[in-house]
Amino acid sequence: MPSLGADMEAGTLLEWRVRPGDRVKRGDVVAVIDTDKAEIEVEIFSGGIVDELLVTPGTKVPVGTALARLRGDGPAPEATERAPVPQAPQAPEPASRAEPPKPPPATEAPHRPRVSPLARRMAAERGIDLSTVQGTGEGGAITRADIERLEPAAAERASSAQSRAAPTPEPPRQPDAAKEAARRSDAERAAQRARAMRRSIAAAMARSKREIPHYYLSMRISMESALRWLETENSRRPVPERLLPAALLLKATALALRQVPELNGFYRDDQFVPSDAIHLGVAISLRPSGLVAPALHEADRLTLVECMAALRDLVARARAGVLRSSELADATVTVTNVGDQGSDAVFGVIHPPQVAVVGFGRIREEPWAADGMVGARRVVTASLAADHRASDGHRGGLFLAALDRLLQTPEAL
Amino acid sequence: MTKDEVRALALRVLGDIAPEAYLGALDPRAELRSTLDLDSMDFLNFVAGLHEATGVDVPEADYAKLSTLQSCTEYFTSSGGN
Repeated sequence: MPSLGADMEAGTLLEWRVRPGDRVKRGDVVAVIDTDKAEIEVEIFSGGIVDELLVTPGTKVPVGTALARLRGDGPAPEATERAPVPQAPQAPEPASRAEPPKPPPATEAPHRPRVSPLARRMAAERGIDLSTVQGTGEGGAITRADIERLEPAAAERASSAQSRAAPTPEPPRQPDAAKEAARRSDAERAAQRARAMRRSIAAAMARSKREIPHYYLSMRISMESALRWLETENSRRPVPERLLPAALLLKATALALRQVPELNGFYRDDQFVPSDAIHLGVAISLRPSGLVAPALHEADRLTLVECMAALRDLVARARAGVLRSSELADATVTVTNVGDQGSDAVFGVIHPPQVAVVGFGRIREEPWAADGMVGARRVVTASLAADHRASDGHRGGLFLAALDRLLQTPEAL
Repeated sequence: MTKDEVRALALRVLGDIAPEAYLGALDPRAELRSTLDLDSMDFLNFVAGLHEATGVDVPEADYAKLSTLQSCTEYFTSSGGN
């Protein structure tokens, strides 16, 4: 059972995606676990052949418990799957595990289709066996709609199963009552998750403020060239292929970080270790509340179109509550964009062991002085909150200057 | 499409984007983005969902015309939608 957060003590295995005898390679999703905050697709660390599955779905086990046995045809068979522990002192994994993301990556070996967390809960409440459900989502994934379509029959099965199981015969529950109970249970489950997530965020943010000496810089950046370029681009593209300003901001951030490596990496054991790879932790707000910052891998190596597609995919999965273990562990820096919510600027709280948070506020039209005259430009306030143990204000300022330059030539992004 | 069909479609797409929202009582004149807390990604997905169902490729310049449920139904049943 991997540790996917500093405060995680135990997790529940929800399903296996492999069977004994399957060959797996590093990075394959082999199981889905529930951390009480989210469902995480666990990617395996090493390759080999699945020998034995040791834990049955539905069981909650402490972090570190062996989940499966692999036999390898490579060095030393792994007795446990271990996803990287984000907060523990460990050398950061080389970027070989990260590949340019294509939504969704094809993996051989999954034998069962994905199930959305909501669909899974609904099926459990209604006593529906998921293996009998035909999924209509992407890749045969089972969605809420698929469960709802089965509803009347399933509710009947659930109530008849109940009356069979009860020692004295009970009148079968009305389908409406079953539906209402399921909805209440869903809401309760969601509230539980939200509370657990809130506690986890609280712990991480409090630790950050206790331990990390933050310094803060900001810069107003004209987005006029970038937005005009974007408008022209988008006018040529059908809706599903359009780019958001956020994609430009992310790509520019990644490229600017190449120039100031002291902002990209991890601070552990009293020293800063820069990361060769740039995995942007994208802060994504969840409705009704909550925040995750999963990694957008190798952001500097993606084209703008790939960056947009990866962002879109990441946001969708974050909001659906299903992320991959590598996404939780790998971010080398965080980017937070509160632009839509109406704040002009945001100064983030660094997520240890990272050393920086890049912030973007709302893009708005403002007076702008250039060449001795005042005009109007669409402007964004970019900010940097950085760990003073790893970098100084001068270097932080160079980062913002590089970001500015990059955003003035959007066609080069 | 009829106004009712557009309305139903818009509510379905919004339901996929904001499943926790209670859309039954949504005021047709309420600003969708602020009422449902939709960010730019959500809104893009909304327009993409409408495009997928109607085939109408809404230009960026027209996004402001999709700000409320009512304006959406007007947009897709007037010349913009046909």
